[in-house]
Amino acid sequence: MTEMLSAVSAGLGQGSIYALLALGFVIIYKAMGVISFAQPALMMAGALLVSYWSPELGFWPAVILGGLAIAAVALVVERLAIRPMVGKAVFVIAIITIGVDIIVRQITGAFVGTDPRSIGDPWGLERWNVGGVVIQQRHAAAFVAAAVIVALVAAFFRYTSIGLAMRAAALDQEAAMAQGVSVGVVFAVSWAMAGFLAAIAGVFAAAGNSIDQNLWVVGLAALPVIILGGLDSLLGAVVGGLVIGVVEELARNYHSDLFPGIATNTGALAPYVVMLLVLLVRPYVLFGTKEVERV
Amino acid sequence: MSTRVKGRPEFYTAYAQDMAFLNTRPKQWGVLALIVVAALMPMMVADDLLKILGTGLVLAIGAIGLNLLTGFAGQVSLGHAFFVAVGAYTAAWLAGDPDGRTMGMGITFMPVWILGAGVVAAVAGAIVAPLAVRLRGLYLAVVTLALVIIGGFVFKEWKGLTGGAEQGRDAPVPQIFGADLTVDGAYTQEQKLYWLFLVVLIIAAIFARNIARSKIGRAFSAVRDRDVAAGVMGVELTKYKLIAFVLSSFYAGVCGSLLYVANGYFRPESFGGGEGLLLSVKFIAMILIGGVATVSGSIMGAVLIALLPRISSELPSFLPFISSSALDHPNVFEVEASMYGVLIIAFLLFEPRGLFGIWHRVRTYWKSFPFSY
Repeated sequence: MTEMLSAVSAGLGQGSIYALLALGFVIIYKAMGVISFAQPALMMAGALLVSYWSPELGFWPAVILGGLAIAAVALVVERLAIRPMVGKAVFVIAIITIGVDIIVRQITGAFVGTDPRSIGDPWGLERWNVGGVVIQQRHAAAFVAAAVIVALVAAFFRYTSIGLAMRAAALDQEAAMAQGVSVGVVFAVSWAMAGFLAAIAGVFAAAGNSIDQNLWVVGLAALPVIILGGLDSLLGAVVGGLVIGVVEELARNYHSDLFPGIATNTGALAPYVVMLLVLLVRPYVLFGTKEVERV
Repeated sequence: MSTRVKGRPEFYTAYAQDMAFLNTRPKQWGVLALIVVAALMPMMVADDLLKILGTGLVLAIGAIGLNLLTGFAGQVSLGHAFFVAVGAYTAAWLAGDPDGRTMGMGITFMPVWILGAGVVAAVAGAIVAPLAVRLRGLYLAVVTLALVIIGGFVFKEWKGLTGGAEQGRDAPVPQIFGADLTVDGAYTQEQKLYWLFLVVLIIAAIFARNIARSKIGRAFSAVRDRDVAAGVMGVELTKYKLIAFVLSSFYAGVCGSLLYVANGYFRPESFGGGEGLLLSVKFIAMILIGGVATVSGSIMGAVLIALLPRISSELPSFLPFISSSALDHPNVFEVEASMYGVLIIAFLLFEPRGLFGIWHRVRTYWKSFPFSY
């Protein structure tokens, strides 16, 4: 039982990372109806920037600065590559974000080099032992940070005027424009927010670990999360992220009992398998809005 | 009644003329000339470049397949690498040595393992298709991405078939009527393989072109443009999405069976995780750069993508700040990988119809010369 609870706590930590990433996906999707495949690369770039800045500035200032820097990168990407394509097929815009992902990842990879880099986080692999249940501090930190950020994002949408504008634009773009909402600003803010969230997620994905060329694969696992939670549901992103994180860590933990013959751990596979199984039962799962089809 | 009017090549009196395979005389001669040039290429080009061109021809088969699915039928797939892998392993299994380190059936007759690879990949496509019927657009893209991840895992673990991670297995040996094409004889290995790939590509291209201009092709276009509307008009969505997936996977399987023949060896890592995703993205880049929903565009795009490593390896002599060593930055490998992204973005922003679109504009310009339209 304690082993399982330990795995669950690790899963909640991992799930918080997914939730942050998935929030970014959902914010962009709500604004322009597109999945941004650039999120994994932005996440890795964020972690990389923090790893360069934290020895000089200290960890927390580096995290904030890194997040803002990636938000700025996302703004530039949105302005140069995405804005000219507004109104084209969503598939085309999604493919452009794949192109952005490849470029950002190559540039980031060049700076990562062959030596794994450390992010300089204060937690490392320190752990608490609560009655036999092992809780890693980095997982707890990720969970708390995700909770705070989710609350802030929710408050942003609820209480600020630009948040209201974004909700209006998500509901009906043309009607929002008719009411004086600047859809361009909405797009820009969504991308900047998604970039910031991706960078923060990257920091926690790299905490107690190291940044290598494959860090972005963590970001890919956020895609099953948004499919599971529904592309247009913020709540779905958070719940889906936590569920996928817990399932992944449980699979990782009990892998050797369940599949003794398989050498590679099945944990990394779990998000995709869960997604496929759920999709077989019902598409537009958990919290997503069922599409109304009109000719 | 169909009659051609002399001197009026675009004047059709029957639908069949309009839909003809090569509907104008210049097109017929042009295609013939292209095929002749392509067939004579091994006599004119050095073997190392020929090997790259040959790879381009094989990739073109896969690109045509993806174009049938994504370009014609509008079903976005990031899982093409998975079907290529299924084809590659089926071919290697059918042709493999029964007593070797990895599984093999010992069927060395080439057409058998090429078609076998296509058929098994097509079956895999048919299994995936029901998901596609339920999902649309970007949902489908993510689900097919899962195929690459899960497939990559299975290939890595199934050591009996794939030789396991980092070890890999031998590719099938192309033998036809007792002649081994990988042995240098009167012609070198590269020349013989190039001709083999060219023949298979021409057959595949003609077949695809014929599908595109048949009832199935028109149904694909209807599904792509608006699937609900197509359904209302009486196009059976389930049936045609299934056909699209099966056809596309068949092409991917054939492509996979030949893709590693020149190297003689392949590893399961090529199809899973980051590398597998990159392979899928390369195929998407091919059809976007070449031209969506065109067969000739797929071929142009595939050859360009295949040439990309060669092009970027030539770069250091023009741009001295790019290093050819993998230890310095920026190096040619990074430039090459970024080029996929740059090309995708540049073509989508500035020439959405791809190389085919550029060709189309050039042709229209000269056709109506000296009038601009």
